[in-house]
Amino acid sequence: MTAIADTAEVSEPVRKAPGYWAGVLKRFSKDPVAVTCTVIVVLLILAAIFAPYLGLNDPYKASMINRLKPIGYPGFPLGTDEQGRDMLARLIYGGRLTLFVGLVPVVLAFFIGSTLGLVAGYVGGWVNTMIMRTVDVFFAFPSVLLAIAISSALGAGIVNSLVSLTIVFIPPIARVAESATASVRSLDYIDAARATGGSALTIIRVHVIGNVLGPIFVYATSLTSVCMILAAGLSFLGIGVRPPEPEWGLMLNTLRTAIYINPWIAALPGMMIFITSLCLNLLSDGLRSAMNVKD
Amino acid sequence: MFAYLIRRLVYVLPVAIGVSIICFLLVHIAPGDPLTAIMPVDATQEEQAAMRSAYGLDKPLPVQYAIWIGKAVTGDLGKSIATGRPVAQEVFSAVKNSLLLAFTASVIAFPIGLLLGFIAGYYRDTIIDRLVTACAITGVSVPNYWLGIVFVIVFSVQLGWLPSMGAGPGGSGQWAWDYAHIRHLILPSVTLAVVPIGIVARTVRALVGDIFSMDFVQALYAKGMRHGDVLRHVIRNAAPTALSVMGLQLGYLLGGSILIETVFNWPGSGFLLSNAIFQRDLPLLQGTILVLALFFVSMNLIVDVAQAAIDPRIKRS
Repeated sequence: MTAIADTAEVSEPVRKAPGYWAGVLKRFSKDPVAVTCTVIVVLLILAAIFAPYLGLNDPYKASMINRLKPIGYPGFPLGTDEQGRDMLARLIYGGRLTLFVGLVPVVLAFFIGSTLGLVAGYVGGWVNTMIMRTVDVFFAFPSVLLAIAISSALGAGIVNSLVSLTIVFIPPIARVAESATASVRSLDYIDAARATGGSALTIIRVHVIGNVLGPIFVYATSLTSVCMILAAGLSFLGIGVRPPEPEWGLMLNTLRTAIYINPWIAALPGMMIFITSLCLNLLSDGLRSAMNVKD
Repeated sequence: MFAYLIRRLVYVLPVAIGVSIICFLLVHIAPGDPLTAIMPVDATQEEQAAMRSAYGLDKPLPVQYAIWIGKAVTGDLGKSIATGRPVAQEVFSAVKNSLLLAFTASVIAFPIGLLLGFIAGYYRDTIIDRLVTACAITGVSVPNYWLGIVFVIVFSVQLGWLPSMGAGPGGSGQWAWDYAHIRHLILPSVTLAVVPIGIVARTVRALVGDIFSMDFVQALYAKGMRHGDVLRHVIRNAAPTALSVMGLQLGYLLGGSILIETVFNWPGSGFLLSNAIFQRDLPLLQGTILVLALFFVSMNLIVDVAQAAIDPRIKRS
C-alpha cells in the first residue's frame, strides 16, 4: 500500500491547464466598462460598510436652521435635506440599507431558486409539475405588483422587504435553472453516469451543477439592478424601510416636497439608485460575455 | 389553431386559480386580525363575534376562499373599508385610467424600441450599435419613479411647460381627449415608456443580429434576392418574439405603473393600490391586485395565441 502511495507522490506533477475561470477573469479584465463598473460597485459597498469611519457628519442630526441648503454649502458638501441633515452622510449611510435590501434577496433567491430548478429539472415527472406550476402562478404577477402586494400585506420593515423581494426573484431563477438542468440531463454523459451506478445526488453534485450554475449565476446578476430599484421603490411607497433611517428610496420620497425649493437636492438619492443600477447592469453584461453565456 | 387555443385555455385556468389563492391569502398573511382594520377599538366581544360571522371569518380558510371566489366570479369583490363603495366599481374606474396611461406609453415606446433595436441589430458591432446599446441599457437601469421626479423638476418646476399632477385640469375628473387633458398625459406616459424602450430595443437588437447571421439570409442573398426583400424575411422571422416581448411589456406597464402613478398622482389602479396600502384597506388591496394579475394573465394568453397565429412553428411543437 505504502509503496504505491509513494510512487504517486514522487511522480512528475502534471502542469494544470488554465481553467475556465481563469479565462473568464482574463476576458472580464479586458472589458474596460465592466471593470470600471465593478470598481464603482465595490467602492459603494465599501463606503457603505465603513461609513462610520469616514469622518462624515451624523446622518440623523437634524437642524432647523440648516434645512435644504444647496450643494456646496460650507460644512455640507452635498447640501442638507428637509430636516437639515447632511446629504453626503445620508447618501453614504443610505447605501447600507439600499444595497443590503437590493442585493441580499437575489442571493437568497439564487440558492432557493437554483435548488428548486435543479430538483425539478433533474427529477422531472410530477415533482417537476408541482414545482413549475407553482412557479407559473407567481409568474402571473408583474414583479413590481408582486413585491408591493406581499410587502403591503406583511407591513413595512427591512425583514419584510427582504422576504417579499426574495419571493419575487425565486420563480424566474427557478425557471432558468429548470430549463438549464433539463437540457443537461438529456445529454449522453448523464446517462453514462447513471449507467455506472451514480446516485441522483452524486450526479447532480458532480455532473450537473458545474454545467448549469454559470448561466444561472449570470442570470441572477442581471436581476440585481431590478431588485435594487424595487427595494428602493418599496421604501419610496412607504412599505419598505421606515423613517428616519437613511435609505435612497425613502429619501427620494421625503424630499419630494422640496422640489420647489431645492430641486437638485431632491434628485440626488435617485441619482445614486440610478448609478448603482446602471453599474450592476453593465457588470452583469460584462460577466455574460466573459462567461460566454447565451440567453 | 383551435386545438392550440383550447390547450392554452386549459393551461391558464389553474394559473388563474393559483393567482386568486395568492390574492386571497394576502389578507391572511397580514399580521394581526383582519377584523381590527374594520372594527372600532372599543367594540365588545359580542360585536366582534357578530362581525366575524358576518364577514365569514369564523369559518375555516378553504370555506372562506370558496365564498370569496364565488362572489368574485360574479363581480362582487366586497366593499372598501375606507370609502364603503364596492371594490369592483373603484377598481374598474381606476383600471380605465391605468389602461389609458399604459397604452399611451406603449404607443410611444414600441415604435422607438423596435426601430432602435432593428438599427442596432442591422449595424451590429458598429458605433451605431454601441450607441443604441448604451441608450438601451441606460433606459433599462433607470429607476422610473426618480425619472418622473426629474421630469417634474425640469418641465413643471423649472420650465413650467407641463402640469405635474393629476389626469386633467380638475385633478381626477372624467377623462376627455382635449388639449387640457392630453397635457397631463405627456409626462407620466413618457416616463413610463423609458424602461420598455430599453427592453424592446435590447431584445430586438439581439434577435435581429442573430437572424442576420443565419444561413437562410446568406441563401436569400446568394439566390439574388434584393436587399429590401431579404429585410422583409428577417422582419417576419423576428416578429413573433418581438410581439411577445411587447405584449409582456404592456402587461408590465399596467401592473407596474403603481410607482409612476404615485409620483404623478395619476388616478389609476396603482394610485388606488397605494391608497389602499396607506389606509390598510385590505379588501381594496386584494381586489385591485386580483384584477391586475388576472389582466396580466389574459395578456399573456393573448400574446401566446397571437404568436401562434403568426408563427406556424409554434403550433406544431
